[in-house]
Amino acid sequence: MVFKLNSHLLSRIASGNGHGEDSPYFDGWKAYETDPHHPTENPDGVIQMGLAENQLCFDLIQDWLMKNPKASICTPEGLNEFREIAIFQDYHGLPKFRNAVANFMEKVRGNRVTYDPDRIVMSGGATGAHETIAFCLANPGEAFLVPTPYYPGFDRDLRWRTGVKLIPVDSDSSNNFKVTREALENAYEMAQLDNIKVKGLLITNPSNPLGTILDKETLRSIVRFINEKNIHLVCDEIYAATVFSQPDFISVTEILQEDIECNLDLVHIVYSLSKDMGFPGLRIGIIYSYNDAVVSCARKMSSFGLVSTQTQYLIATMLSDNDFVEKFIRESKRRLAARYRAFTHGLDQAGIKCLKTSNAGLFLWMDLSGLLKEQTVEAEMELWRVIIHEVKLNVSPGCSFHCLSPGWFRVCFANMDDQTMHVALSRIKTFINKEADTKKPKKTLRWQGSLKLLNPPRIYDDFINSPHSPLPQSPLVRARN
Amino acid sequence: MVTEIEQPTVELSKVAVSETHGEDSPYFAGWKAHDEDPYDESSNSSGVIQMGLAENQVSFDLLEEYLEQNSEASNWAEGAPGFRENALFQDYHGLKSFRQAMASFMEKIRGGRAKFDPDRIVLTAGATAANELLTFILADPDDALLVPTPYYPGFDRDLRWRTGVKIVPIHCDSSNDFQVTLEAMEAAYRHAVAMNIKVRGVLITNPSNPLGATIQRSVLEEILDFAKRNNIHVVSDEIYSGSTFSSSEFVSIAEILEARGYKDSERVHIVYSLSKDLGLPGFRVGTIYSYNDKVVTTARRMSSFSLISSQTQHLLASMLSDEKFTENYIKTNRERLRKRYEMIIQGLKTSGIECLKGNAGLFCWMNLSPLLETPTRKGELALWKSILHEVKINISPGSSCHCSEPGWFRVCFANMSEPTLEVALKRIHSFMDQRKTDAIQSPPQL
Repeated sequence: MVFKLNSHLLSRIASGNGHGEDSPYFDGWKAYETDPHHPTENPDGVIQMGLAENQLCFDLIQDWLMKNPKASICTPEGLNEFREIAIFQDYHGLPKFRNAVANFMEKVRGNRVTYDPDRIVMSGGATGAHETIAFCLANPGEAFLVPTPYYPGFDRDLRWRTGVKLIPVDSDSSNNFKVTREALENAYEMAQLDNIKVKGLLITNPSNPLGTILDKETLRSIVRFINEKNIHLVCDEIYAATVFSQPDFISVTEILQEDIECNLDLVHIVYSLSKDMGFPGLRIGIIYSYNDAVVSCARKMSSFGLVSTQTQYLIATMLSDNDFVEKFIRESKRRLAARYRAFTHGLDQAGIKCLKTSNAGLFLWMDLSGLLKEQTVEAEMELWRVIIHEVKLNVSPGCSFHCLSPGWFRVCFANMDDQTMHVALSRIKTFINKEADTKKPKKTLRWQGSLKLLNPPRIYDDFINSPHSPLPQSPLVRARN
Repeated sequence: MVTEIEQPTVELSKVAVSETHGEDSPYFAGWKAHDEDPYDESSNSSGVIQMGLAENQVSFDLLEEYLEQNSEASNWAEGAPGFRENALFQDYHGLKSFRQAMASFMEKIRGGRAKFDPDRIVLTAGATAANELLTFILADPDDALLVPTPYYPGFDRDLRWRTGVKIVPIHCDSSNDFQVTLEAMEAAYRHAVAMNIKVRGVLITNPSNPLGATIQRSVLEEILDFAKRNNIHVVSDEIYSGSTFSSSEFVSIAEILEARGYKDSERVHIVYSLSKDLGLPGFRVGTIYSYNDKVVTTARRMSSFSLISSQTQHLLASMLSDEKFTENYIKTNRERLRKRYEMIIQGLKTSGIECLKGNAGLFCWMNLSPLLETPTRKGELALWKSILHEVKINISPGSSCHCSEPGWFRVCFANMSEPTLEVALKRIHSFMDQRKTDAIQSPPQL
């Protein structure tokens, strides 16, 4: 049955494209979905490197689960808890769950900080957390500052249904994309000139897509900045446990514990278990706020995105097992580090550099600006299409992250096995060698398919043509291993 | 340590400081009273009995029996990719097997009288999220949805809080058993127009909360025709569809659409959830079923903010695709709810209390208007308070459901054991006896 649309019957929110999916980047996903790589069934298929998933430690999880059937209320061992848990819909969440999450967050930060379980509020993944925080802190038309490059999902999560704007804080490759006080001030001033009220600053630390962490000085500078302007600071620490080499991760919480002037009511943390533990499907989003009113409000809003108590119970049991947690955190870092090294080494051999300050995340930030025929977004997009259709890797172009320096690409490395990684590396090597050999003018890289040229994304609120990355629309993971 | 400085409090949003979340209402006194002094068969037999919570606790044993034979751990077994694939699955389309199981379950509940296409099912974390999401899609801020009274108090928050959408009530009363009439709908529509408010849809709950009764076929037809004439949407919240006491009495709007050959159906959307029928409110399983392609696509995208845990999807996909289990569950659950209903109705009758004739849900709609000192909202609240403190049961006053006629109360009967229900009925009986005695001893002043 075909049901005709009558689109003017729908709301403005529904009719607009704030969902962010009308972007050309879906070509990459389409290419992958129509021709996905499989080691035996489709070795020449497109390798998915655009999905920041952490698949390196499932054996540890599996092992733990086998030994702890009681962690499930749906096993004979755990069944005696079934009724109570299935009926529990209190938006405070299971106390055991909140305690376990607080404990985990502390351990991830080397026990250098403490978290109060009563400040932990649930949400529908970090996606839900960001939207909720925006609803709590800003009115429609008001804005958050966000350093570029940033996770494309923010455009939807923070703006779509809330009507809140995002104002980019510029950074570029000249200083390794660091967030400077000057850039913050500039962005703030621009907003003032445009008569836009800034309500907060959103930082992601460790950064997506950079894979870098903020050093103490920068963090302190940021805290001072928001305090002076009396605006909120939202710290998305979703990649906290993926810091795989020195220096150690410094959470905003550590800064607050030091001798620094700050109105605590301004600081909020967004967290999730999607990246650190590799559980995006379980929808475990967390808002941690130092502001009582925000905790209270966000908690009420969490009714729209509570974590399934079946899952709360499982996670509560798992994360209360200190031995397991410590082992997991340690081993996960080790494997991420090994993967990162293997990849960057392989790229290095092919003459490709990655951001040297990266030491975290599930991806590397690769510099292909040397391959661009000109330093423009259009050229970057051309190169990207070649990578998708010729090299057959779905990587994410920097412009989808609103990056100002063209030619950078985010390449995910933790969502595949070693074998696939080697295939990806050899394809890249082959491609680069071909480039070097032919020494043709870069024009020949032009992809013959439909080229959608973008307007350089000078971002304010009417994002119609802005690049977005497809979001949690990951197809069901096929057994590649 | 952080040096805290006196700063002007930084503003939160208007949404954050508004009271549309609805929790500052006086009714929370009832919840407080229960929380502070909860009834317990053995340890606190004089405590407050909770009869204000529409939960279904009568069929847990059926679920437990299923789980005993179908352990989740089999999904985790060595060699099974189960947990890993599950934990990674975040596709907002939702697990296909789960959508298929849901479609099939919804069909069974309707006795096969309607078909559901799994690709039109959008998954959300509970009906709470589903109703808010649909409102975001169907209406702009300051527009309105028409909702028949009395209605579920949660709608005030779910439909209005973050969306900025208004609710304009369609007034119903006991003269015709609180059924929706064309006159009432038109009056509500005119009222909105007079206030310069654009009406975008009608939202009905069928079976009704708090009435505990299904909406008649003729009324559903009328609502659909009314929607068509005014070019607005119809949202049918059928969350209690599996809790009808007999399978034949419930008519889903899906059946009517099918009978009409799906003509003009793109304005119709159904909300469902497993919180009531399966008694799993903690698992956050809600769905939107829309006959409108654009609504399905948009709702699916929006569901990103409130997806169902894939662990839960997987479990329920197995459970609900087990035909033997679902058929037995639906039948048995219905039977048990009907018995509970009869028990409470009988018990109330012997105490001299009448209820609306109900045929569904986890509650009955009780008429205490003869007991009101004054036939006003204030009188109702006063009576409610005395029931809370003297009878020590927490029931929901009609005014919390926006009922325009004072004196009606919603009383839940499925969230407790039978013995507890007996105790509650005994207390009510004593209360009514006492009232009769008081009335005799102190006749009304002339």
